[in-house]
Amino acid sequence: MKRTFLGEFEEIVLLVVAACTEQAYGVTIWESIQQYTGRTISLSAVHATLYRLEEKGFLTSEMGGATAERGGRRKRYFTITSYGNRGLQEIQQLRQQLWQNIPAEKMQPKLSFS
Amino acid sequence: MEEPKKNPSPPKWIDYLLGVVIAPHFLEDVIGDLHEVFLILAKKSGHQKAKWLYLFAAVKYIRPYFIKRKPAQYSPTYLFSPEMIKNYFKISLRTLAKNKAYSFINITGLAMGMAVAMLIGLWIYDELSFDRNFQNYGRIAQIMQHQTFNGQIGTQNSVPFPLGPELRRNYGADFKYVVMSSWTNPHIVTVGDKKLSKKGTFIEPEATEMLSLKMLSGTRSGLKDPYSIMLSESVAKAYFGDADPLEKTMKIDNSLSVKVTGVYEDLPFNSSFRDMGFMLPWQLMIVANPWLKTMEDPWRPNAYLTYVQLNKHADVDKASAKIKDIKVKTINKEQLKYKPEVFLNAMSDWHLYSEFKGGVRIGGRIEFVWLFGTIGAFVLLLACINFMNLSTARSEKRAKEVGIRKAVGSVRAQLITQFFSESFLVVAFAFVLSILLVQLILPFFNEVADKKITMLWTSPVFWLSSIGFSVITAIVAGSYPALYLSAFQPVKVLKGTFRAGRFAAIPRKVLVVVQFTVSITLIIGTVVVFKQIQFAKNRPVGYSRDGLLTLYRSTPDIHKHFDAVREELKTSGAISEIAESNSPATESWSSTSGFEWQGKDPTQSVDFNFDEVSHDYGKTIGWQFLQGRDFSREFATDSVALVVNETAVKFMGLQNPVDAPLTWFKKPYKIIGVIKDLVVQSPYAPVSPLFFCLAADGGGVVNIRINPAISTASSLEKIKKVFGKYDPGSPFEYEFVDQVYARKFFDEVRIGKLTTFFSVLAVLISCLGLFGVASFIAEQRTKEIGVRKVLGATILNVWSMLSKDFVLLVCLAFLIAAPCSYYFLDGWLQKYEYRTDISWWIFALTGLGTMLITLATVSFQAIKAAMMNPIKSLRSE
Repeated sequence: MKRTFLGEFEEIVLLVVAACTEQAYGVTIWESIQQYTGRTISLSAVHATLYRLEEKGFLTSEMGGATAERGGRRKRYFTITSYGNRGLQEIQQLRQQLWQNIPAEKMQPKLSFS
Repeated sequence: MEEPKKNPSPPKWIDYLLGVVIAPHFLEDVIGDLHEVFLILAKKSGHQKAKWLYLFAAVKYIRPYFIKRKPAQYSPTYLFSPEMIKNYFKISLRTLAKNKAYSFINITGLAMGMAVAMLIGLWIYDELSFDRNFQNYGRIAQIMQHQTFNGQIGTQNSVPFPLGPELRRNYGADFKYVVMSSWTNPHIVTVGDKKLSKKGTFIEPEATEMLSLKMLSGTRSGLKDPYSIMLSESVAKAYFGDADPLEKTMKIDNSLSVKVTGVYEDLPFNSSFRDMGFMLPWQLMIVANPWLKTMEDPWRPNAYLTYVQLNKHADVDKASAKIKDIKVKTINKEQLKYKPEVFLNAMSDWHLYSEFKGGVRIGGRIEFVWLFGTIGAFVLLLACINFMNLSTARSEKRAKEVGIRKAVGSVRAQLITQFFSESFLVVAFAFVLSILLVQLILPFFNEVADKKITMLWTSPVFWLSSIGFSVITAIVAGSYPALYLSAFQPVKVLKGTFRAGRFAAIPRKVLVVVQFTVSITLIIGTVVVFKQIQFAKNRPVGYSRDGLLTLYRSTPDIHKHFDAVREELKTSGAISEIAESNSPATESWSSTSGFEWQGKDPTQSVDFNFDEVSHDYGKTIGWQFLQGRDFSREFATDSVALVVNETAVKFMGLQNPVDAPLTWFKKPYKIIGVIKDLVVQSPYAPVSPLFFCLAADGGGVVNIRINPAISTASSLEKIKKVFGKYDPGSPFEYEFVDQVYARKFFDEVRIGKLTTFFSVLAVLISCLGLFGVASFIAEQRTKEIGVRKVLGATILNVWSMLSKDFVLLVCLAFLIAAPCSYYFLDGWLQKYEYRTDISWWIFALTGLGTMLITLATVSFQAIKAAMMNPIKSLRSE
């Protein structure tokens, strides 16, 4: 079966982009990730992942209009592609299947008494 | 707290550094985002801290992903980026596939040219590597001598019998080995009941070291014992198959018993010793011919070959100068008038520089190397010209493409690269095709050229040079379209004001003229070479070759019973005459100087060819008398009678030759008849003085004229039976004189065939090019032709209009080629004493022929264009 391979961080970034209600670009994505995960993440890591995801075809990007607060520089808006969507769905499906396969007793918290 | 700046900005230098580190296509949004983050941070933690955090964030961008990554999209197109190169070739392939006829003409034309160049290259390589297989290549030499005969300096490699020992005795310091040898001749070799005729040589034992024989069994010292023999691998196979031949006994010429002492790897086909099927000890020849030791003047007969290998520090020229007078010092006074001058001919000169005239080296086969090299270069040039011509002819068609590409932003360098990659692609295809062609042609080529050339698949030199040549070809062939087409101005082209103009066609015309000049020169050359061969072949030889056989007898049996053999054969009706002689009719193997006649200048050095024959020799070969009579059994005095040829009479200046007295080594002789000149040597050389005398002991050659009334096969059968009866020890082997005679033309015929082959290809390539150019011109002028037809032009009008240009060009080419080829061919013919003339009809015929070929080539396109329905051509836009 053909599978899409995504790293954990890549998956999170992709999910964040997918979940964004407004147009997503570097800073917003960075902020949301930090918000969701509670971790401190460098902007460069987010950028690198975004570009890599774009190269893999999960995302596309286009340059937006210039804004004054960025010294006149344009934003690069990222949107998820249908391939990206399908990738996410496949991952979710896989996970779900695996979750369902776990025998119920294993999910019971182990009690131990000393 | 101070008033915060409205827009605090991060340090500029960090941005600058980021600009250096981060790949350009990421830069804008990365710095943009960073700035935004900076603002957020500044709001949160103050300006100063934000600056530090900004620096940390920036530093994190120093990682391979941002540094190394080349732009994946939106990249500027570099000239040689992999993408562009892929693009060049993709476009080139599409262009080639779109213009199939054009590509076909280009690729096949080039492939033919390259195949010819490659074949010639292989041939030249083979010629230049002749003899180079021998380890001691640089130090082996042959002893040769110049001598003056009949007022002319002749050069020969046969030397007297005692020369070898003399060299060893007095000049040994220079030579590591001195090796005397006989000529390589066929001998009858018998093992058990297997009896074959094989070529072999009597040679001194050091030869094995000199030639550094590769021994398969036995050692190189195998010739020390006089009754030994060393076999080449192929001869050993022929007699013993896979069995070990060592210590086996063989019989040579039915008389000498020898023991096999070694088997050596066959000497290279590509060497002067390739015929040597076996080696016999020199000592054995002396044992078999005791008279060699008791000769009255052993320095007189020049009948043997001598090779030397120089010592490490000896120099060929110096050693040559030292031995120059070796003969003068030893021989008797009487022979001094031949002015013998001995010299060394280095092995490196044997094959290519072995022709002498008047005692001076004048070259040799090296001329053919040059000739073919030039032809090869020219044929390749023709093919390149085709390519250039076709490309420029198509320039107008491609002008639009160039214009559009330029308008949408192609730089000139890209267009140049585009055209070059097209030519590289064509050349690459042609190269592959040419290798296939060469592989295919090679067997035939080898047969014609008498070579064993193989493709040098494993030789880096071959690959380097052929790929080098291909690259050069691609650059030469592609340069004109690349530079010319890429210079078009897009505005002009696209506005339609562009016209290639009159001048655009000029280089094309020049190239066509060059092409046809080369082709016509080659054709004329071929015709003259063939005419010369034909001329020499038809030279009157003074005897009749039809049904004349030569047999070499190697045992005395036939001679012993000669009268009985003759009687039996004649009564059986198989033959009309039979006679013995010393030399075959096609050769003269002996010459003499001991001739005196009345009125001879005593200081004059003379050299007369002579042959000792039996009574019926004249009748057998069918010579023709001008004066006097033939030998006759009725005159006992004929034992001191001579039959001489015309040239001899002229040479001696005799008014009444018949009955003129002569002395031969002081013994009185008289001339009884004068015959028409016989061609017994080179058919190109003038006839030398020649005489015949009767010999008591016959000679080694039996001449037979078979009876023309019965079939050759049945008379051969009868002759075989009779010979088998009287000489059961020898195989019945014979040669037809006309075949032997034809062999004298081998070299010339071979050269003739090769030049024909090359000229045909040259003409074919030229025509292919012409065909292509004509088709494009016809296409270019489609509209004009349409208009003309509408206005009433006939097919003939259109045809002549299109053909006229080409006819003029070919005429011009002819005018250039004719004097050039005359000059070269006249020089070539000067080499031959007996030569044809270059008649006017050769030029007329070649001119006419070329014209016809041109017309035929062009007409196809011209008529096609002329027949086209004008409605179609005029409606197109």
